Amino acid sequence: MHREVLTRLTVIAATSLLALTACTTDSSIEDPPSAEAEPAATEAAPAESTDEWFDQAVYDTQDEQRSATFEGDPAQPHLQYLAGDMTDTAAFASEGAKKVCFANASISNPWRQTGWITMNEQLKALQDSGVVSEMETRDAQDDDNTQISDIDYFISEGNCDAFIISPNSTAALTPAVERACETGKPVVVFDRGVETDCATSFIHPIGGFAWGIDTAEFLSGKLQEGDKVVALRILPGVDVLEQRWAAAERLFEENGIEAVDYFTGADPTEIKKIIADELATGDVQGVWMDAGDGAVAAIEAFEDAGADLPVMTGEDELSFLRKWEETGLDAMAPVYSNFQWRTPLLALEKIFAGEEVPAEWVLPQSPITEEDRGEFLEANEGMPDGHYAKFGGEDLPGYPTVWQERQIP
Amino acid sequence: MSAHPTARAESGSTRQPLSRNRSSRGERLLRFLRTPGGAVFVLLLALLAAVIAANPSFGEPGSLIRFLGRTAPIAIAAIGQYFVIASGEFDLSMGSVVTAQVIIAGNLIGQDESRAIPVLLLMLVFGAFVGFLNGCVTTLLGVPSFIVTLGTMLALLGLVMYWTGGAATGNPADSFRQIGRGGIPDVPVVEVIPYPLIILVVVAGAAFWLMRRPFGRTLLAAGDNPRAAALAGTPVWWVKTRAFMLSSLAATAAGIILVGYAGVHPSVGRGYEFTAITAVVLGGVVLGGGRGWVLSAAAGAFSLELLFTLLNFLGVQSTWRDSVQGLIIIVAVAVAAQTWQRKRRGAPPAASQVPPPQPGTAG
Amino acid sequence: MSPRKTPALTSTHIVYAVVLVTIAVGAVLVGSAGRNFFSTGNISDILTGTSVLGFIAIGQTLVILVGSLDLSVPYVISLSSLVAATVMANETGNILPGVLAALALAAAIGLANGLIVSGLKVHGFIATLGMGLIISGYLASNYKGSAGQTPLAFRLIGATGIGPVPVSTLIMLACAGAVLLLLNRSRLGSHMFAVGGDLTVARMSGIKTRVPVIAAHVLCSVLAGLAGLLLAARLGVGSPTIGSQGGYDLLSIAAVVLGGTLLAGGKGSLVGTLGGVLIFAMMDNIMSVLQINPFLKDVVRGVVIVAAVAVYARRRTLGRPARFSDTTGPAGPPDTRPERIQKDTGVTA
Repeated sequence: MHREVLTRLTVIAATSLLALTACTTDSSIEDPPSAEAEPAATEAAPAESTDEWFDQAVYDTQDEQRSATFEGDPAQPHLQYLAGDMTDTAAFASEGAKKVCFANASISNPWRQTGWITMNEQLKALQDSGVVSEMETRDAQDDDNTQISDIDYFISEGNCDAFIISPNSTAALTPAVERACETGKPVVVFDRGVETDCATSFIHPIGGFAWGIDTAEFLSGKLQEGDKVVALRILPGVDVLEQRWAAAERLFEENGIEAVDYFTGADPTEIKKIIADELATGDVQGVWMDAGDGAVAAIEAFEDAGADLPVMTGEDELSFLRKWEETGLDAMAPVYSNFQWRTPLLALEKIFAGEEVPAEWVLPQSPITEEDRGEFLEANEGMPDGHYAKFGGEDLPGYPTVWQERQIP
Repeated sequence: MSAHPTARAESGSTRQPLSRNRSSRGERLLRFLRTPGGAVFVLLLALLAAVIAANPSFGEPGSLIRFLGRTAPIAIAAIGQYFVIASGEFDLSMGSVVTAQVIIAGNLIGQDESRAIPVLLLMLVFGAFVGFLNGCVTTLLGVPSFIVTLGTMLALLGLVMYWTGGAATGNPADSFRQIGRGGIPDVPVVEVIPYPLIILVVVAGAAFWLMRRPFGRTLLAAGDNPRAAALAGTPVWWVKTRAFMLSSLAATAAGIILVGYAGVHPSVGRGYEFTAITAVVLGGVVLGGGRGWVLSAAAGAFSLELLFTLLNFLGVQSTWRDSVQGLIIIVAVAVAAQTWQRKRRGAPPAASQVPPPQPGTAG
Repeated sequence: MSPRKTPALTSTHIVYAVVLVTIAVGAVLVGSAGRNFFSTGNISDILTGTSVLGFIAIGQTLVILVGSLDLSVPYVISLSSLVAATVMANETGNILPGVLAALALAAAIGLANGLIVSGLKVHGFIATLGMGLIISGYLASNYKGSAGQTPLAFRLIGATGIGPVPVSTLIMLACAGAVLLLLNRSRLGSHMFAVGGDLTVARMSGIKTRVPVIAAHVLCSVLAGLAGLLLAARLGVGSPTIGSQGGYDLLSIAAVVLGGTLLAGGKGSLVGTLGGVLIFAMMDNIMSVLQINPFLKDVVRGVVIVAAVAVYARRRTLGRPARFSDTTGPAGPPDTRPERIQKDTGVTA
């Protein structure tokens, strides 16, 4: 009884296959995206053992950078940088408004959403000043494979004058970023990095180890040896997050603090259950988070259980700052500077003006403490809970409405 | 309905009425405990014993009641999912409904307590509407429910995220959150009776009652053999649509509790559909419809949560928890499947076009 | 089974009609954004989008045909990419061992799935959901981030194309051709249809019903393994999350159903599945060119999946043999066709 259907299927399949192969073999091999020919050889076999995230050299560098002096105006932290190698951009200097192509990893969390809003306001400012004609954005929705396709599409179809790439993951996006570099156009990478230095500039705050050191030193200073810290982590395998934990875990060990870590997926329900179970087994003196998303749920779990509030580290998300002020708990808010979302477009402005830019553009990353918390809360009054205090867009056209209403383009 | 993602694997088993006996209570209880729907209660007690052994303080009334309270939303979701699965369908949109309701509560109520009641009513209407839509597209347009609810899952979450700019506004007024966070204080022995637990008891009671009503019988009949049910005069489309509405309403109730318990966040409710389906299946309810007891679904939810708690207390490395969960699901369902099979072999081949009014266990 | 009239328009025809509509709509919309839908880069983008999902959807078609499901594919993909990349370790000579190791492991997982479904009588949904969780735990415990490195020669597979057609798409189509031959020309293929169509009848007509189910699961996992290999080629490394990032489990099932295969098994078309995959790839391409808000993309995906299936869902049930309730009970009446059920409920509705 299947025969007739099957015969038809076969015919359809055969013809479509024939049709496809016919047109492909006929096509000339005009521009095979051969791409990644050389750079692969020069790479020193990266990602060979990424099993261990701790890297002493990087740790030491970031430790020093925490107290380093940044070049530039402290009132504009998104333009500050650490002295170091500069990229000469004289070759890129040219007149006229430019088209920018932005390959974004995603806007799937409040931090990225806040940054994305800021970036768009920065874009408007640069469009008004005639630096940028338009920005075409492709959003990979957290998928490496999609982002690789996005970058390839930009290269072949985008008519881009410059690329901005916020990589979804480090190693996987390296070949695609290299292909973008080979176009000879300026390439700016920000947030997570890639394993190549072909980009004109790589923009990022100090980094995950600095976060880990700030937070673990704070907790260790407040707690006694033998105290217990619950570490709430979002998910395994993301370099910027893993480095935060790698540094903190080491310091907790050194200071004799017992730390247990859990993956929460940033789900406040999970966080609450984990804390409730921990409190059922014994006292918890500290809470460490690798991102502040869901910090409020952790505090509420202590409240609901009637337990003493812990010493805690969260993030500069307003929900946490507000809860911190309200409960008066002993806390600090490490910062993964959200204002970095402004910098890539401003870097391109410099690049097209022929001004040199830092090859590795390290932005300031300083935590919010008990002392300056009030200041940031006041400055961000009226912003939604998912907003980030150090978003750095106060001087942009849409301030404050666009962020208050969270208008995502 | 072509919409049956029915178990091929189970197709060898049968729909034998289990309760054609008039034996004594004790005998019936034993018989019940040997069915998959009964065995889950044994599993539940075993897990509870293991958790208390691992951490004796968990056995204190105060801890236990808090555990019951925090498990209420997933148990309610499982009860909702039960109706859909018993009618032979799937509801994958449950997690998105939970998330959507959480975000709606956060954005529409805000800090204005006077809006709590109107918004609550709106949420219930919205929940019923989503279920109605799922049900109608499944039954009247003949699209498999797996696909319909997958579409709803994507579209609903996307819409809510788009509307709210990533759900960042913040938590609703504290008084509204008390539904999920608070309880009746100063109760002797247990200290507090969490409101979610009360809601769960009400929902479970209503579901139990509903399954003993004609609706419950026609639901199982529609899940077991839609054609026979239709011939017997059952409006199959409406029965199934009501099942979807109950599922979405259950997700709404879970959302109302969760916005109190956890607060507003786009990840609240994520994966609820799979957890609920797993709980229902652990409760011995057969995918493909027509069989199973509604309270076993709730017991399945409690077993699942106890399992997670046990893994926490045993200090199992957090990354391995998924694996343990996967293994236990497979083993539990395999054991249940073998039990059904044995029953079938042992049962007399009596023909019954319309399945029994109750899955034999509710006596 | 009594003979029935063949509908003039099969679901496969309708799928490809939808493909044509999508092309037309795409050409207009992409044109309105000042782009060319038929340019080399754009076609290459679409076809690249079809290759990974294509591999998985081919396998998923087989599994659904025999009446099961495979929700473990994302984790098989990730595992396969990791095994391949770590075995290869940037050595061209290790390509073959890497490929074989990845595919062997994938086949072993498929075998386990098949045995659990057919031997232990666990519903495919639960069996593969559980298997996915087991692998996911293994991945999270053993791989913290990407690992390994695929050599340049292997990476070229992911980066080379003949004109606008990526090599990976051609490999995917070759696999589709092979599976089509298996379904149409081999005894195993017809047994797959038979087992999915009516297990009892299949058993009574002497088919060893377990074999097709196990074979379908093994093939599905191997094809997911191939998708993992392709991703390892494109990424240059193995990644423990690359499978779940793409949401390939539900997406592939949607593509299969969109392609006209009955979710309950027994009836379906592999060519239709490829049409479904193509529709998804074009949809993604069009939305990306138009720079649609990512949240709205999901809304469009959800609506299109349901709407497209609804277009021919009713019609498709005509001329399909019955496959569930009647096959389960020994006392089920012999002639219980879904079209009857449709009518019956239609009347009462």
